[in-house]
Amino acid sequence: MREGVRSLVANNFQDEILLDVKNLKKYFPITKGIIFSREIGYVQAVDGINFQIRQGETLGLVGESGCGKSTTGRAILRLIEPTSGEIFFNGQNILQLDYRQMRVLRRDMQIIFQDPFASLNPRMTIGDIIGEPLLIHRLANGKERKKRVQELLEIVGLNPEHINRYPHEFSGGQRQRIGVARALVSNPKFIVADEPVSALDVSIQAQVINLLHDLQREFGLTYLFIAHDLSVVRHISDRVAVMYLGKLVEIADSDILYQSAKHPYTQALFSAVPIPDLKHRQKRIVLEGDVPSPVNPPSGCRFHPRCPCVMTICREKEPKILKVEDNHYVACHLIKSSSGGLSRA
Amino acid sequence: MLLTVENLKTYFYTEEGIVKAVDGISFILPPGGTLGIVGESGSGKSVTALSIMRLVPSPGRIIGGELLFDGQRLMEKTEKEMREIRGNRISMIFQDPMTSLNPVLTVGEQVVETIMLHQKLPRRKAWLKAVEILELVKIPRARERLKDYPHQFSGGMRQRVMIAIALACHPRLLIADEPTTSLDVTIQAQIIDLMKELKKELNMAIILITHNLGLVAELCQKVLVMYAGDLMEYTDIGTIFRGSKHPYTWGLLQSLPRLDRPRSRRLEQIEGQPPSLIKLPPGCPFHPRCQYVKAECRQEKPELIEVSSDHLVSCWLYQ
Repeated sequence: MREGVRSLVANNFQDEILLDVKNLKKYFPITKGIIFSREIGYVQAVDGINFQIRQGETLGLVGESGCGKSTTGRAILRLIEPTSGEIFFNGQNILQLDYRQMRVLRRDMQIIFQDPFASLNPRMTIGDIIGEPLLIHRLANGKERKKRVQELLEIVGLNPEHINRYPHEFSGGQRQRIGVARALVSNPKFIVADEPVSALDVSIQAQVINLLHDLQREFGLTYLFIAHDLSVVRHISDRVAVMYLGKLVEIADSDILYQSAKHPYTQALFSAVPIPDLKHRQKRIVLEGDVPSPVNPPSGCRFHPRCPCVMTICREKEPKILKVEDNHYVACHLIKSSSGGLSRA
Repeated sequence: MLLTVENLKTYFYTEEGIVKAVDGISFILPPGGTLGIVGESGSGKSVTALSIMRLVPSPGRIIGGELLFDGQRLMEKTEKEMREIRGNRISMIFQDPMTSLNPVLTVGEQVVETIMLHQKLPRRKAWLKAVEILELVKIPRARERLKDYPHQFSGGMRQRVMIAIALACHPRLLIADEPTTSLDVTIQAQIIDLMKELKKELNMAIILITHNLGLVAELCQKVLVMYAGDLMEYTDIGTIFRGSKHPYTWGLLQSLPRLDRPRSRRLEQIEGQPPSLIKLPPGCPFHPRCQYVKAECRQEKPELIEVSSDHLVSCWLYQ
């Protein structure tokens, strides 16, 4: 199935870039004072990141809380306005679009939220929730709308007869399916999935992951899959990007990233995941300390205060993101100095 | 045995009906042993822990079973006697380090309060002791940090404070209810390493309640798998990953995306969803989702069978 998508990608749109993010920045101002409020600093949530997503592929975005992964997802849809940078969707710079043009484009760009309990209006029936985009975009009305909603309920594995029920009548997994149906109703090309399974139990999580898989194959969807769970991200993504404190530190094919991560942070992140087996007791790289505040990020490489391989240059100069192999980019001074010879510790 | 739980039943009497949160759980824990209780939300793992502490909130009640701690019957203790045991001999840490600390008191006051209450030390000695235990859980600059408020601590540091408070009186049993669920994976690794070290140093028993089978593999010797208030399987840690017998355990293990295996196309999924605890299906609670369901499963609850030494399974496949 996945191979199916891959060969489709290879044949038809090998180089077709659906989304191209260039030097995206989002700074949130910190203000002081109530009446004469003034800006006293910025939270540098996302600080100059670049990546591309090809048609039909899934890019996973991982990192710890506060690293800016959700901000990135929302900035791409302009649910929050980026501070600077460029976002090309289908070759069009969407940051130049006005409100009305953007609304038209949102038919093609949708989002699935993390919390299936907070993201559905409790006073709307699920039929109204799923059908709302059809009204807003004037895609369907009346009977046609109902038919389309029922069709989608069936696609995501819910009973179409439940169209008049309210969100509280559904379990967490079912609500997440409702969220998926709502995102799909306008026939989008691109979906940002922001931690879509982290609120779900293990057995339900597998169901939703499989559903997202199947939908991608069926409708040729492109995903930006944001999550903190590395095993989930590796499973679902073709490529994975790792973020730390607002910066992209490494991006590669998901199997390559797991087998030969180059950045010390990526290595530590993978080694910290507890494996449900006894034969796999690998030596863990335990990082000291916590993630620093994005208000005053460390100088040079932002990871240097926690890095087990820190050098003098790391404190002074920010590393550029460099290509080490095809499809594998790393931002680390070690890579330059030892021509990519850093082995997994 | 340090702790023996026999046929524990805790029900909640709600307006909608009786919620059988824990419905006949038995296990034993030797001194210094580690037990993982695994299950999904609503499987009764937290209620089991609260029952051991005799802290089940109303309208819940322990309606049956026996709790033996260090040879003493906990069910027969008065509330006053229980208070002596809690904190001194059995301690508990909770999932959310953000909400379990009082935001208007400094961390020091909260640690000292526990020490003064349980060890009847004067304030000054208690402060010295507090510095000592904060150093034990590796909080840097412990003496100064005691004067800080909880919001000045990060999530991982707050969980260290919670562990410090729990360990202040050297309990013989520590119950950790999802201690790392709200933490990032690198911080989780720090906390798990800390718990391992402290366990060795203080020789206490640990009950780890979690939904994460990976954590169980890191920390525990024995595992108990719960589903809908019932015990499904109880065995040692090697067997659960390599020779588990219960279809629910199989399903759980197969539905996990794994970093240590090649990527598969699809995950094996357990169909359906957990039953409502008010309207439990007759027979085995897992039967509506089980691939191996037989006629007996629908009618009667299976007995807990010892399939090999120290390996208990509750399933009709082995009856």
